[in-house]
Amino acid sequence: MIRALKSFGAFWYDFVIGDDWQVAAIVVVALAVTALLVHAAGINAWWLLPLAAFAALAWSLHRATSGKS
Amino acid sequence: MTALPLVLTVFVACAVEAIEALTIVLAAGLTREWRSTFQGMAAALVVLAAIVAVLGPTITLLPLTALRLVIGALLAIFGLQWLRKAILRAAGYKALHDEASAYLREVAAAKAAPEVHKRGVNDWYAFTLSFKGVLLEGLEVVFIVITFGANQHNIGAAVIGAAAAVVVVTVTGIVVRAPLSRVPENALKFAVGIMLTSFGTFWGAEGAGVRWPGDDAALLVLVPAVAAVSLGYAAWLRRAHRLSAAPGQTAGAAGPASVTESEEVTGR
Repeated sequence: MIRALKSFGAFWYDFVIGDDWQVAAIVVVALAVTALLVHAAGINAWWLLPLAAFAALAWSLHRATSGKS
Repeated sequence: MTALPLVLTVFVACAVEAIEALTIVLAAGLTREWRSTFQGMAAALVVLAAIVAVLGPTITLLPLTALRLVIGALLAIFGLQWLRKAILRAAGYKALHDEASAYLREVAAAKAAPEVHKRGVNDWYAFTLSFKGVLLEGLEVVFIVITFGANQHNIGAAVIGAAAAVVVVTVTGIVVRAPLSRVPENALKFAVGIMLTSFGTFWGAEGAGVRWPGDDAALLVLVPAVAAVSLGYAAWLRRAHRLSAAPGQTAGAAGPASVTESEEVTGR
């Protein structure tokens, strides 16, 4: 039973998060910061998430090609 | 956004998944037994239909802002993983996805497996191979249909795009009776990664409260920007990989820094 649950969890982790969890972490943090800037500081930070996505991709590619992930 | 970009995006994304499912079904059917293969395929389609029937209406009940935030985040993460792999393939750090060799691997495994009669199925191996292949690839189709359809409040258009892709790939597969290895699958995956990342970023930021300059027209800038940056990364890495290859060695997937990842699980 526990083995089946572990396999189920591992499948969904791989399905959504994939090979590099740091990409997912950067996207989530960027969304949280965007929401804070918009709602707390009144800044329409439309540029933040695209920049974070480009940075996350560059960071992940760097890690993959240097054998760190 | 009109329905056409939605239908086209879902069509291309789902065609890629359908091609991979077709390879597995053909390997099971031609090597083992068609009846058990079709049973496996039908069982997987029933499970997928149940997931759409439950998730589709439920997800559209969520408030639009929350929906866009969660789905945007998921799509952006999902899309960036597709792009990452597509760029690594384009740069030569990872072997290109090849349906012909994937088919040969599945055929070799299918020929080696014993024939077991189980739960009313003549060939359990053909059944499970077909079931898992269609379910895994189909889950990505379901994910794309539900996320794109729900965000645009047009699940019908997304279903039409997905169904058209499955029909086109299936009919082509029946005619050719071989894996669709001539389809530029890696280029398609690159394009899908760009679309998923762009739409995910757009919807995610909207869900976080952002108002995009030009509203939906911002996508006309965002999609080319994501494409340009991704192609730039690929060109840069290709050059770096070529330079790092040893003298006299052709830079390729088996080069000094080849990357091994979980493609066989997700199919991305």
